[in-house]
Amino acid sequence: MKFRGKITDIACLNHFTRVVTTIAKLTKTCVLQLTPDNLFFILSGKVTNGGVGMRCQLLQANFFHEYQMEGVSSELNQICLEVGPDNLSRALKTVQCAKSVKIKLSKKHCACLSISAELPTLSSVSRVVTHDVPVEVIPRRLWQEFQEDNMADFDVSIYLPPLKTMKNVVDRMKNLSNFLVMEANLKGEMNLKIQTDLVSVSTHFKDLGNPPWGEDSSQDGGLSQSRDPESMAEVTVDIRKLQQFLVGQQVNPSKAMCNMVHQSAVHLILLHEDVSLQYFLPAVA
Amino acid sequence: MQCVVTGGNVKVLGKAIHCLSRIGDELYVEPQEDGLALRSVNSSRSAYACFLFAPLFFSRYSIPKELSFRCKMAIKSVQTVFRSLATLEKSVEKCHISLDEQKDRLTFTLHCKHGLLKTHNLSYQDSESLEAVFDKDSCANVLRAQPRVLVDTVAHFPTSLEEVTVTVNDERMWVRNYVEDESERSKVMLTELCLAADEFDQFAIKAHNSITFCLKEFRGLLLFAESTGLPVSMYLDEPGSPVVLSVTDSVLEGNFVLATLSDDRSPPKSNRGADAEQPQPSDDFMNDDMDSYLIAMDTSIAPGPSTSDLPAPPVAASRKLPAPNNRSRRHSEEEEEEDGEEDLERPPDKKFRSLFFGSVLPSSPLMSTQPVTTQEVLASDSEDETEAE
Repeated sequence: MKFRGKITDIACLNHFTRVVTTIAKLTKTCVLQLTPDNLFFILSGKVTNGGVGMRCQLLQANFFHEYQMEGVSSELNQICLEVGPDNLSRALKTVQCAKSVKIKLSKKHCACLSISAELPTLSSVSRVVTHDVPVEVIPRRLWQEFQEDNMADFDVSIYLPPLKTMKNVVDRMKNLSNFLVMEANLKGEMNLKIQTDLVSVSTHFKDLGNPPWGEDSSQDGGLSQSRDPESMAEVTVDIRKLQQFLVGQQVNPSKAMCNMVHQSAVHLILLHEDVSLQYFLPAVA
Repeated sequence: MQCVVTGGNVKVLGKAIHCLSRIGDELYVEPQEDGLALRSVNSSRSAYACFLFAPLFFSRYSIPKELSFRCKMAIKSVQTVFRSLATLEKSVEKCHISLDEQKDRLTFTLHCKHGLLKTHNLSYQDSESLEAVFDKDSCANVLRAQPRVLVDTVAHFPTSLEEVTVTVNDERMWVRNYVEDESERSKVMLTELCLAADEFDQFAIKAHNSITFCLKEFRGLLLFAESTGLPVSMYLDEPGSPVVLSVTDSVLEGNFVLATLSDDRSPPKSNRGADAEQPQPSDDFMNDDMDSYLIAMDTSIAPGPSTSDLPAPPVAASRKLPAPNNRSRRHSEEEEEEDGEEDLERPPDKKFRSLFFGSVLPSSPLMSTQPVTTQEVLASDSEDETEAE
């Protein structure tokens, strides 16, 4: 089991740091899965974290100048590590001006992801800083929880309004209620609603558009066709969980969409050029 | 007493006060013939800082010749005089410090632009002189660097980190975060930074040592050094001996004396508690060469269940002990290695040593570097003790 990567481009380093910082805002610990082509940050939707799940995929070639890895075996060429993303983010933030950054799986006092950076100095010798982020290697028998599940058949898929607008709305609503109802239909309309004994607030978005899901998606094309475009699919979610997701977003994605399974789950998907972030929010009973 | 500070020096004075406020809650003011001394010490007496502003720093400096005056005051109230350092430089033209002995007030008058006058009357308490006994010239290792180099170095460590370990050899200096608890080593992020000798203006190493000291106070000094652009000198010796950080220019001198952990517990060897197991040194410790070193008093008592099988009184021990003690120390280390496992279960006992203070020597014309040969006390005055809280 070996892993070694090197980032030499400062823009890639900044981008990678931003992604890791976004992850750090979403969860305290997560699984870093390394494959020959991709890095995944995964939080599987366990009861302990309130059923919230996350899956972030990065194409390694877009970030790393050098990338070498050797998985557990040739047929299972991957490595799964449990990491604290805030440690990674902190380590990366201090080395933003580095000439190059190496990330390496190493065995020191414990298994570590060693992030070493060569920092520019006025002298002839570079300054070297090493951050050892402790990780736990996840045994193979636990791997199946990190494989991508097939998406449940959703009722409505819709593009999200600008995340900043949505964040402002949700931030206000959070002061009034703990739960928020998200509803959307196939006419490009989405509503965010709260209801308490004293007040009902709802924000309406329209003309958002519905993403076309082709044959290759898990969605059964016939079903959405047969669905009444006016009829709303609705899910009640924990408002703090939704807010956490919105707070963490540092860059506007090229595409932001949301798949809803009526009264059971919200699946938020953000697509950047080389990164995709999926976030699963279960409905509260 | 009459002191007048003008122009950019007002900001320097303000920075020094802010810097001292990171150490302790009280500011000790002592006008001396060789300048105005401002000092502070933390409550556990493991960190001490002193700024001496030479008479030339002031545009006017006059102190009463006949009587020596010294006082202490809450540092917070002095800080308010120099609040908002950023605007201080632009708005304040002159700062006037005078003593009103009738009313027992120290008056700070800020002459601002447009004829605005701000007067702060601060009450004070009489105090003993506060002087740490240290001798930086006897330290084996001397390093001097531009503040930027050190500021960039500490920037890699989280602000929540309490202590760093600095290791030197002939070519390099390493800085690591210090993790007290062995079992925590696998949970926290460890950071190590290596600086080459040629990043320093001076790099004179005689002994390859590794010392651990508090980061917070060090950061405080760096703030001052960075704003004044003065290089920082580090004088470091063995673990347990204090590290002295100083900034100097022609009109001011700042010295920070920080206690270091007495044991070099560089991993994986754990000799935690070695000192605690050492029998209390005999009285010849008192006659030791204490005037050339800032000797230490171990104030930590091992907490929790282990107290019962340890000698309870605080152990005054140091590596500066004469040979017999060194032997017993080695012996205790051997013992310690034998029952190392037991030691791992012991709650961590931090072995920072508090600094040793000479008591008043009003006639002493020199600064705190002057060895105090009489009237040493191992503990501070009882009055000071209550004030420290």
